[in-house]
Order: sequence, then C-alpha cells, then structure tokens
Amino acid sequence: MMTEQRIFMNEDAILNIIDGMARMLKERLAKNGIEDPAMIGIHTGGAWVAEQLHQRLGLSQPLGLLDINFYRDDFTKSGVNPLVKPSTIDFDIENQHVILVDDVLQTGRTIRAAMNEIFDFGRPKSILLATLIERNGRQLPIEPSIVGLQPPLEKDEHIRLEGPSPLTLTVNKSKKRRTEKPTN
Amino acid sequence: MASQTQNIQLNDDGSLRHFLTIEGLNKNILTQILDTAESFAVLPGRPIKKVPALRGRIITNLFFENSTRTRTTFELAAKRLSADVLNFNISTSATSKGETLLDTLRNLEAMHSEMFVVRHNASGAAHFIAEHAAPGISVINAGDGRHAHPTQAMLDMFTIRKHKGDFTPLRVAIVGDILHSRVARSQILALNTLGVTEVRVVGPRTLIPTDARALGVHVYHDLEEGLRDVDVVIMLRLQKERMDGALLPSEEEYFQLYGLTNDRLACAKPDAIVMHPGPINRGVEIDSEVADGPRSVILEQVSYGIGVRMAIMSMCMQKHPSAGDES
Repeated sequence: MMTEQRIFMNEDAILNIIDGMARMLKERLAKNGIEDPAMIGIHTGGAWVAEQLHQRLGLSQPLGLLDINFYRDDFTKSGVNPLVKPSTIDFDIENQHVILVDDVLQTGRTIRAAMNEIFDFGRPKSILLATLIERNGRQLPIEPSIVGLQPPLEKDEHIRLEGPSPLTLTVNKSKKRRTEKPTN
Repeated sequence: MASQTQNIQLNDDGSLRHFLTIEGLNKNILTQILDTAESFAVLPGRPIKKVPALRGRIITNLFFENSTRTRTTFELAAKRLSADVLNFNISTSATSKGETLLDTLRNLEAMHSEMFVVRHNASGAAHFIAEHAAPGISVINAGDGRHAHPTQAMLDMFTIRKHKGDFTPLRVAIVGDILHSRVARSQILALNTLGVTEVRVVGPRTLIPTDARALGVHVYHDLEEGLRDVDVVIMLRLQKERMDGALLPSEEEYFQLYGLTNDRLACAKPDAIVMHPGPINRGVEIDSEVADGPRSVILEQVSYGIGVRMAIMSMCMQKHPSAGDES
C-alpha cells in the first residue's frame, strides 16, 4: 500500500495547543466544582499528551497510564501488541474524579476500552475526556470534554502523534483503499 | 528436528501459534513473552484481577499425567484472561496411545476448544498433538516426559529478570537431577538463548547426562565449586524414584553432598537468588532456612507463573481476521 506522509504540526505548535487545553481544563474543573482530580493517559500518544497536561495542571496524584491492548473490541482479530506495556494506576480510582487523556479521538473504540479498564480498577466519581485531536469517523456515542484541535481530514487520511521528543503530528494518506480499520 | 519444531510453533508472520519447546525460538520472541508478562504481573494488585482479552474462548487442560499444581496455575491463567476452561484428566492407556490422543483432540475441537494445554509422560506428546491440530488451534506444552517444560522455564526467566535485570552478565547454576529433568532442559535452552554468561549444572555423575556439555553448560560434581560466584541458584527436586533406581544411596547422603544450606549458599555471590520449580523437598535438596530465607524467591516464582502463562496463552491464541472491511 502506497502512502504519502506529511508533517502536520511541529512540537512548538503542539505545545501551544496543549497550553490551550490546560486552560480549558482548569475552567471546566472550576465550573464542575472538581478539586484535586487525577489524570490517566492512554499509551502511547495519550500518555505523552497527559505528561504535558499533568505538569501544567500541577496535579497532586501521580499520572496513571493505561494500555488498552487487552480490552480492545478487536483483540480477537489483532492479537497481542508486541509493544504492550503494563497499565499502572498508583492512586485509588474509587470515588475519584478522573481526567482521561488521549492523542486522537476518531471511532471512539479506544475510549470505550479505556473506560472499561478504568472500571476494573474501581468506580470513578466522574470521567472527563481530553483529546489533543478530534476528527470525524465516530462509530460509538463517545464525545470529548476538551479538544485541542479539530483538523479537517479526508477518509483515507490518518493522523498520528509521534514522540516522545520531539512531539510531531503527521498525516498519512493512502493511495490505495485502506485495508485497516481505524480503531481510535 | 529443531527447524521442524520451529515451523510448527510459529505462524507465517513469525507470531506464536504453539508453545512446545524453547528450542527454535529466538531471543526476540522470548523477550516479547517476558515483556507481555509484565502487563499481567501487575494484575494481583487490582480489585478485578482479569482482562477481557480471551472472553468466551475455550481453553482445555488435557492432562494425561497428574498434576494439580500445574493444572491449577494454567486454569487460573486462562480464567484471568476471561476464557472458559475445560479440564480433562485422562490416564494413559497402555495401547494405541496415538489413536486415543487424536480421537480426544477431534472431540474437543468439535466442542470449539481453541487451545489445548497438554501434559503427558511421553516425550513429544505435545508436539504430536500440535502436528495434528486443525488450523486455528494452539497447543501449549505443560510438560512432556523428560523432554521439555517450556512455560516453567519462562517463568523462571521472568523471575531472574525481575531481580537481576540484564541476562548478559549472569552465571546460573542448576543443581540436582538434570538427567531426568525436563525443566532443566528448557531452562538451559532459555538461559543460553537469552545470552547469559554461563550456565552450570551441578550434581552427582549418575544424575547428569553424559553429553551435558553439548547442551552448552559447564558440568560440576562438587556443589561448592559449582556455586562459586554465581548470581542465580536453581535447585531441582530430587524424586524418590532415583533412590529406588539405585542412582543414589540415600536422601541423607544426597543432602550431605548436594543439599543447599546457608553455608554452601555463601559460595555464591552475596546477592544471589535461590529458585526452585517446586514442590520442594525440605531437608533433601534444600534446607528450610534457605527455602524460607531472604534470598529465596520460590514463592514469587509461583505468582509470576500465572502472569507468564497468561502472556504465552494470549500470544498463542489465534487471531480471527474478519472477512471484509467496512470504512
């Protein structure tokens, strides 16, 4: 399959967007009356974004990290990802306000899997979803609370966050029909 | 034979399908098993100690040789992957073993079992079943005769990596009845594939295979010499049958020469760890004060065993690609 790759956004611009996300999050937390929320980033791209947000918000609980590989709805089809990492949540989920962070929201399946995994740790008081990129292609009724950017993309274009340093957003356009379903 | 086994164990894309023996598996895939097991090793700390990955898939324990411990570990591992478990304990019949094996296999396949965990007292049994398995079916070797016990070796490697990190500089001593031990064979293969500095086998001449050095090990008959400066000590269980078979005079004499006491452990490095695949014979191959002491990681091996088996089973379970593609 032939693909064309272009750099969509470089690190400086991405960090600017994340600054904006942090401001919007602070407003939203104040509006909802939430003090001392915890944050969880989804491996791998969501974790990078979460690290940046966690710093900017000065949260007291350590950043939680989630690998959703074993909760994917297409696990039967895709199997174990050789790069799977352990999920680590070093705070108590029970009754905790949580900010869930991912890099790209498209179909909504990753967030569905992430929420199922979070609930296996305990019962959160609430979950806010913050995503760096929101794009078209939703297949489930899942909507973000905070969005960094909504780039207009064609159906055959994929956007990815590369990292951890420098953070770069790249867009791949396939010249043939896609054989892989987008899953995030 | 090695390349045949390798072809059987791997799919065309190099991913695992069967897990029968360490032989023919390279360092990358062994490392991937250990890395994947890390994700499962954290589960005991959670309220829900399961992941939904293999939900609804059927895993059958096909144990032709009795073993409550190993069977229970595999059962727990399968259940923690949310799979459904069937347990078949079949005593081996004397005649036409081949037919019985295959008939049993076909019956279970017809019940949609996709994975078989096989323990048998005949070497090569798991391999035989794997050769005859329908497409999409996986076989895991839970111990076959004197040949291999690869899942035990992997959990031992996981334990070593947890404590020592890098395999490269390590010297490992395996002590006991190497000759009859399928565990030792698998451990030696795994340690060498993962690139340790040295593997030593230590034991009486009657219990060490004559061609041991061909396995890639150094042979010692003196325990203290064999333990000198090692980083890892693996003790093997001495089976009572060895005394009956006149391979050893008595348990007491074995303990005098090859039993691990604190004094002997002092020959190893000060931070050496003590391992044992279990069950332990206190006062025969290992002294209680060592087994229960600060350097023993024997109980950790048991708990890591579940996570490592979860990793192997989830990696081997075959994928069902979907027929078409919707955008």
